[in-house]
Amino acid sequence: MPVFHIILLGLLIVCAIAACTSRKLINSVVIFMSFSLVMCVIWFLLESPDLAITEAAVGAGVTSILFFLVLRKINALNAYDADDEEDEDYKNKIIESESESHE
Amino acid sequence: MSKLKENYKDSFSQKFSDFMTGDLEVPDSIHARKKQDRVDKIVEADQFFSEFTTSDDIQRRELYQAFKHRRFVKHANKIYSIMSAVIGLIIIIILLITVAYLPEFGNKSNPDNNVVSQRYIENGLEETGAVNIVSGMILDYRAFDTFGESNVLFIACCCVLILLRNDDDEINPDEDVIDFKRDIILEKAAKFLVPVILVFGIYVVLNGHLSPGGGFSGGAIMGAGLILFANAYGFERMERLFSYSTFKKITFGALLFYGVAKSYSFFTGANHLHSIIPLGTPGAILSSGLILYLNICVGLVVACTMYGFFALFKRGRI
Repeated sequence: MPVFHIILLGLLIVCAIAACTSRKLINSVVIFMSFSLVMCVIWFLLESPDLAITEAAVGAGVTSILFFLVLRKINALNAYDADDEEDEDYKNKIIESESESHE
Repeated sequence: MSKLKENYKDSFSQKFSDFMTGDLEVPDSIHARKKQDRVDKIVEADQFFSEFTTSDDIQRRELYQAFKHRRFVKHANKIYSIMSAVIGLIIIIILLITVAYLPEFGNKSNPDNNVVSQRYIENGLEETGAVNIVSGMILDYRAFDTFGESNVLFIACCCVLILLRNDDDEINPDEDVIDFKRDIILEKAAKFLVPVILVFGIYVVLNGHLSPGGGFSGGAIMGAGLILFANAYGFERMERLFSYSTFKKITFGALLFYGVAKSYSFFTGANHLHSIIPLGTPGAILSSGLILYLNICVGLVVACTMYGFFALFKRGRI
């Protein structure tokens, strides 16, 4: 098996695990897009270009757009993770701006 | 004045006269009396118990009920998790046993090496006229499967339409204007990309029988192009090109043509024994009989459905 195949398959597994374990939903969707892209290259290397075209159009294109739309509908695009310490400043800023607007 | 009997009230004549004047007191029947007795007893018992039960007892009883309920839920959850694990294990074991019965991988006498696939590869070009054997298989030998797939996609879009559609009364006319923000980068990019994407999608659809691709992939590419255009320029400009009535007409027409054309092909002989449709020279664009037209139908349905999904998710109507 060529080295390129092994690298791609490893990337596939890494993407699959990362998409499940990432904390933010938007990161999951982006990782899922890259999963589809890697899968598309693998289809091509397995000599099925029909599937490669479909995977690129549906998996990386349309499905991700639908995911993004749903995330925007449930207001998950601008949301912050309260458990994440890096977002503490952002959270404080939002609280400050809200209190200022109330005053 | 005659002397009255002592029990004059019980005499028949007295009763009759009382009945006529309406003064007759109807005596309690035995049944009614028994019922009354029972009610009295219950009331008595209630009074008796209410003397001895305080609000504390009631509270304790409620607490006990809540505790019982919580314990039941806890046990039920435990049973559920155990049952799910057991059912999962059973399914895994059944599937593994089934896999063990499958023929060995790479065996020469496997069913996947039988005459069907060999015939597809050897006679596919001759019988279907398609250079791309995959296209020839899915749109000629197994065309009814593809018809079912197109119908499944259409039905999925209908279900999304039922679930996400806003009625005309609920639509805020300003909503589209507020929702849509012009973005200069997206607009300029879309200006270059959308024609290229659409032309590439049409190319993939039309060359489905000659090169890799086909109805589904080309339709998905065209749908992605339509989505990009709608994102860049808004739904108002999109409706000039693609409105709800266009969606209905294209989808219905494509599915109807597919069904009718393929039914004709099957009625005149599934193996194209008496088909009058010429196959043409393999490799030419107008060849391979019905495959080109069926590819166009599938591509149109898929493109409409992809755009329909996007529009329904974004604003609730196509």
